[in-house]
Amino acid sequence: MSINVQPFGDQAILVEFGSSINEETNKEVRKFSAHLDASSPEWMIEYIPAFTTVTIIYDPLYISHQVGGETPLPYEWAQQRVEELLSKNAIDRNQTDRTIEIPVSYGGDLGPDLSFVAAHNKMSEEEVIKTHMAGDYLVYMIGFAPGFPYIGGMDEKIAAPRRDDPRLAIPAGSVGIAGAQTGVYPIETPGGWQLIGRTPLRLFQPEKAPPSLLQAGDHIKFTRISEDEYKSMKEDER
Amino acid sequence: MIRILKSGLLTSIQDLGRYGYQKHGIIASGVMDSVAHRIANFLVNNAANAPTLEITLMGPVIEFQEDTLISICGGELSPMIDGEHVNMWKLIYVRKGSELRFGQPKQGFRAYLAIAGGFDVPRVMNSASTYMRAAVGGFQGRMLEKGDEIPVYPDTDLSGIFQSLSSEIRKDPFIEAPWFVAPEITSYTKTNEPIRVMRGREFELFDDASQNNFMKNSFKIDPKSDRMGYRLKGTTLSLKEKQEIVSEAVTFGTVQVPPEGNPIILLADRQTTGGYPKIGQVASVDLPRIAQMKPGENMTFRHISHAEAQHLYLKRENQLRQLKRGIHSNITKEAQICTALI
Repeated sequence: MSINVQPFGDQAILVEFGSSINEETNKEVRKFSAHLDASSPEWMIEYIPAFTTVTIIYDPLYISHQVGGETPLPYEWAQQRVEELLSKNAIDRNQTDRTIEIPVSYGGDLGPDLSFVAAHNKMSEEEVIKTHMAGDYLVYMIGFAPGFPYIGGMDEKIAAPRRDDPRLAIPAGSVGIAGAQTGVYPIETPGGWQLIGRTPLRLFQPEKAPPSLLQAGDHIKFTRISEDEYKSMKEDER
Repeated sequence: MIRILKSGLLTSIQDLGRYGYQKHGIIASGVMDSVAHRIANFLVNNAANAPTLEITLMGPVIEFQEDTLISICGGELSPMIDGEHVNMWKLIYVRKGSELRFGQPKQGFRAYLAIAGGFDVPRVMNSASTYMRAAVGGFQGRMLEKGDEIPVYPDTDLSGIFQSLSSEIRKDPFIEAPWFVAPEITSYTKTNEPIRVMRGREFELFDDASQNNFMKNSFKIDPKSDRMGYRLKGTTLSLKEKQEIVSEAVTFGTVQVPPEGNPIILLADRQTTGGYPKIGQVASVDLPRIAQMKPGENMTFRHISHAEAQHLYLKRENQLRQLKRGIHSNITKEAQICTALI
């Protein structure tokens, strides 16, 4: 595998393990993330893992004071450290292999774009729901919003493009589709995904550590509940 | 303690941001203009990361419940104490019971109010920053409202000296230090030079006309803009061919373009990752300037290399370090003079 390291603006470095979404590439991302957690280099402020990349945010001032005038750019110094970390990236993380069930009320007011996704794929709404529940889902990354899971394993048959004009407010718990990805919005936020349903579960739990219900590497199963069940479970979550 | 008598447009408690949680999707938040925030803190002898009030365009009315030291930096929003004009970028002694309000905004968009000792609010995930959308951090996770009372940590050794001085000059509601921060450091809030931007990771995926238009044409900041991002309106930008991008990290200053073609500059309350193609990345040194631009204003970009952006950033940060040292020695001198007077 060829790993590509490049600058991302003037305070971050991007490590790219591949260009397409697949389990093998994502496993490398999670392995490197675990390595960064374990070594937590002083020049690193934090890192953001994604499907195929890890972005490391660093402090150019810290590096420039650390190395004095010896190197022209803090980036170049950081890049060398990243190469060293990558060469020692042998530790394999224990995969947790959790499966978490996410109950969803599909369609209606809670999933206003279900009809769009069905029409786009020339299917019935019922077929879209069944296909969505049948997927073998893996959480590839948490991003975009607190606890928001980017999930792989959705059947391409129900893929749909992002909205041309992102919504300014999507309610918490909304289950959406964007391209061949599916995910759940943990808090109210703007966004461009097509919304097919809603879950009463709280994916962002700021009082807990870690504050995210789901973690990269988790498996997910979507199950179906009625709108009434959604409402009563939502009451219980409060 | 301070008391909010009137709320203003949008005032929130912010520090330099919430770091280390972006891997859980928790946004960084923090001040929009880190230069004004830090200088405000330096002036009252606080740590750079002490929480300040970020005041947007139409300021609040604030009552001081005790004698204290404050400073107001950033956009010129016409601050007044008990009806009298006060200067920005200065150390100010305010007397208990005096009232700070803001008049007509003259320049810039956001001002930062620092108070000696710093605001006493709980740290959530190691930060005092308000993350409004998730109702986390700052003061009860929200913008400040009428009637809020925000406690302040007991302040530093300096205020005692100023207090003694104040008893000598009974009638003034406030006293300004005679020195101020040099205009070459504060003038960034006023310039309308183009914003310097590096090519984004997907720059080459945009068609030639879009690449050119992005770097040359002017864009208007849309009223729908907020702390999360500035939506720009101008020429629409398009890809050579339509394609979905694999979601990955975005940072403060990433310029992404949704399919309808209007670029969005991601700011302090940005999401941690994004799936729209990134046409540019604003040089960190120019982010405080963007924070001082308001919806309705026009913005142009100019290309800058990654290396130059990093050099400029280091230059500015080193300048701030010197300023901090300078302010500290001034405060110390001030304290000596005050002591001598008394």
